[in-house]
Amino acid sequence: MITLLTLFPIAGGLLVLALSKMGELARAIAVAFAAGALAMAMLFWYGLDPASPGMQFEEHHAWAPSLGIAYHVGVDGLGVLMLVLSALVVLMSLAASWKNDKLGPVYFALVLFLEAGLFGTFTALNFIHWFIFWELSLIPAFFMVRIWGGQGRAKAAALFFLYTMVGSVALMLAFLAIFQATGQFDFVQLAQLGQSGGLTTAIGQNLRWRGSPEHLAMLLFWAAFLGFAVKTAVVPFHTWLPATYAEASSETTMLLTGAMSKMGVYGFLRVLLPIFPRQMQHAMKPLLWMAVATIVLPAFAAWAQKDLKKTFAYSSINHLGYCVLGVCVAAQYTGADAGLASEKAAALTGVLLQMFSHGLTAACLFWFIALLERRSGGLRGIEDFGGLRKIVPVFSGLMGIAIFASLGLPGLNGFPAEFLIFKGAFPLAPWPSSVSVLGLLMTAVFLLTVIQKVFSGPINAKWAAMPDLSITERLALAPVIALMFVLGLYPQLITGMVHGTVMQWIVGMRF
Amino acid sequence: MLAWTIYVSFIGALAARLSPTKGLARVVALLTAVVGLGIGLVTLNHWQPGDFLTVAQVPWIPQLGIEYHLAADGISLTLVLLTGIAATAGILFSWNIEKRTQEFFAFYLVLIGGVYGVFLSFDLFLLFMFYEIAIIPKYFLIAIWGSVPRGASGDAAGSQREYAAMKLALYSFAGSALVLAGMVAAWVASGGHSMSFDALAAFPFSAHVQMGLFPLVFVGFAVLAGMWPFHTWAPTGHAAAPTAASMLLAGVVLKLGAYGCLRVAMMLFPAGLDPWGFHLLGFGSWRDVFAVLALIGIVYGASVALVQRDFKFVIGYSSVSHMGFVLLGLMTLTQIGLDGAVLQMFSHGVIAGLLFAVVGRMVYDRTYTRDLNELGPMRLAHAIPFAAVTFTLAAMASIGLPGFSGFIAEFQVLLGTWRAFAWMIVVAGIGILIGIAFTWRALTKAFFGEPTPGAVEHALPPITFPEKLGALLLLASTLVVGLYPRILTDLILPSLNSQLFEGLRRGAWR
Repeated sequence: MITLLTLFPIAGGLLVLALSKMGELARAIAVAFAAGALAMAMLFWYGLDPASPGMQFEEHHAWAPSLGIAYHVGVDGLGVLMLVLSALVVLMSLAASWKNDKLGPVYFALVLFLEAGLFGTFTALNFIHWFIFWELSLIPAFFMVRIWGGQGRAKAAALFFLYTMVGSVALMLAFLAIFQATGQFDFVQLAQLGQSGGLTTAIGQNLRWRGSPEHLAMLLFWAAFLGFAVKTAVVPFHTWLPATYAEASSETTMLLTGAMSKMGVYGFLRVLLPIFPRQMQHAMKPLLWMAVATIVLPAFAAWAQKDLKKTFAYSSINHLGYCVLGVCVAAQYTGADAGLASEKAAALTGVLLQMFSHGLTAACLFWFIALLERRSGGLRGIEDFGGLRKIVPVFSGLMGIAIFASLGLPGLNGFPAEFLIFKGAFPLAPWPSSVSVLGLLMTAVFLLTVIQKVFSGPINAKWAAMPDLSITERLALAPVIALMFVLGLYPQLITGMVHGTVMQWIVGMRF
Repeated sequence: MLAWTIYVSFIGALAARLSPTKGLARVVALLTAVVGLGIGLVTLNHWQPGDFLTVAQVPWIPQLGIEYHLAADGISLTLVLLTGIAATAGILFSWNIEKRTQEFFAFYLVLIGGVYGVFLSFDLFLLFMFYEIAIIPKYFLIAIWGSVPRGASGDAAGSQREYAAMKLALYSFAGSALVLAGMVAAWVASGGHSMSFDALAAFPFSAHVQMGLFPLVFVGFAVLAGMWPFHTWAPTGHAAAPTAASMLLAGVVLKLGAYGCLRVAMMLFPAGLDPWGFHLLGFGSWRDVFAVLALIGIVYGASVALVQRDFKFVIGYSSVSHMGFVLLGLMTLTQIGLDGAVLQMFSHGVIAGLLFAVVGRMVYDRTYTRDLNELGPMRLAHAIPFAAVTFTLAAMASIGLPGFSGFIAEFQVLLGTWRAFAWMIVVAGIGILIGIAFTWRALTKAFFGEPTPGAVEHALPPITFPEKLGALLLLASTLVVGLYPRILTDLILPSLNSQLFEGLRRGAWR
């Protein structure tokens, strides 16, 4: 089943390439395949039994047994959530590029290949198998930035690629050591070892290391952390992100921020939290303050930006910072205190909600920017506009909703996510959480600044003739905006599905 | 049947030389190479893990105990397959040779025959003979058909080619001299009865003899494997050679050296790897020394490649870096490290062949420049998109992205290194990162440069069908091994665990 899901977009991509001479038809085929993939991902959502812990829809085949490499796929609540999110974001991105004539069939094929890479990453449970997809998804993304990006695309693509590769190499070396020590690449097995403490013991026994095994385990944790921190853009490893998001075409940025940035957080949840819980506890202080820095500093940076895309790029870092905070506090040592366990559950549920919600909101915001750029001939400075509310009321209204969702207004999707994270984080880590509130505040400040400068204020005569959203654009955006309300008012839709997964993490860390 | 890979190559060489037309010579050469590859594949198809195939064993110079002894285990077969693939692709990429075509293919096929001979020899003397046979055509291929950077012409070009060819031949012969000395010493020490590998491997050489002969023979072969600091012939030679010869030099001839290191030096004198019993400058054994040299090669080759302006030199130095992984893998003395080393021989052979094919044939033969700064403004990604896509895929394979053969090979070498010399992993990791950086730089500079304003875009001749076929053959090979490594590891691992390599299996062997 999962294999089929991963192969489906690849087949679509190949078909698009084969029919590349047909022009518009290729575009339609790409959209059809993306819609099909979303439908398939939704089947997993309905098929998943939320009560049962552990992996479902598993497939297991031997691949290279002598090297511990197996074809092992499966999903839990986290996996399904990410599958649906990626499929949704890909479809949104393709819809956003409908009228963009610069993007040809090759671009659409790359989008579908990227989708396959995401599906693979979110379902593979053997490190090597997973790593193949983790790396391969980078390649279409790189070309999308490099070929279809803006003026500074060469530098942005290089930064993006090299940064991620440094993280990947560190991650790979760490896992080589782990394989060396345990003979295992399987995430599920390694999680059991990590939680029982067997990992450190195995490292002590099987690696030629003169120092204490705890130190080496710590080192391996930081190496793996680096891989995920670069991808998530945890401060101070975030510097590639604003340049890349700003230079990529907005349709590409939708994919990068909506789906690809979740790969990093996924790594925190699938690898770091289950496999290195003890190391996370030891490193709790630096981890928490890094999370705080990721929340607060980019919020200030976003305020200082003059380019709307950069503003939202920094805002994206800030939003994923909440996820990192949530994961870190959940790893906090609390003994068997049942009360705190429920706070952990709140934080982790919040993290999952935030992943989905940020994917949706951020992709939607960049969609609006794509629409705005098309109308303004590429201009997107925060000072370039003014009074758009009067000229294009529907556009301003809908984008306003997305901005408020990003800001965390109750009733929209951002609110329950951030609320749950803070509900869990306050009792578990009072100080870092309190400082993080500053991030919430600054987010409100810069987002309101955007609204004020772009939508209100005196009308800029230059744009007096700007057309409002067309009927097709409204119809395409309506379901997305509706989903924001649905998730804001009824978060149970997601929290119910991931409940079993969250409980399993909590139980796993009760030692 | 495997022996026919050798015979067919020599017969093909003769036939190509005698062909009345250039076209016929090309077809003959291609058929010869395809037959060689076919024989390898058929053997692979019948192969059971752990097989050992004696192909021919007849007395040759009985007074000296020299036999005409050809045999193959999984390691030999892996490299025979590599030779078949590289040879076929090389001929497809030299389809456009017009200068003395018949002779070109004749020399080329003699080289191939010699290489097959080395990989199949099971007698030390025979191996050495084939090893020498392979050196001669290399010289002529470079000296006559070699390529030089633009600007050099006439006598200057000729002397540059001859310089590279002579440097390569001299290094090769110097290495051979060491091997020859070691060989004779081994023959004398074992009583002068036999030169056969099974006899020599079973002979209990004293620890002193092994300790003395091992470095001699290892260095002799390692010269041809491009081990730092004896690597300098490699980049010059690769850059000056015609495309097909670069492909063979980097793809297969470097592996002759590495194969010799494993098959002769390590298999016959395993005790040479034992600790000396004292420490000199922190080194406790030959194993430490060569591992460090390999590590330097990895980082040094990559760093030098990072600053080259000549596209072919970038690839030439990258070979030094990648061969460092082979040697490092050998020195780990772990099952997984050695397996990785042999896989890396195959993998690098295919990938380096592909890189040289793009640089030498697809790019240079159309633009007549190898200068990265001149290639940039030509916007090759638009002019010859097939070359750009091929090079991108080859670059991805070269930096060891998972899914390609390079990943699975380097990954095993690194695993072995973790076990043997844990600290080296960090340095090797840095080497990989520099590798990513230089590959990246070459890729973007050569294919994705920004056009200079006012420059005229020249239409370049389109990529021909033989080029596409050759590129697909090499890409398919690296992908198949990358996605299904068992196809080769099932050959290599049982052979490493056979009787022949018993002396190498130590405590950490697993």
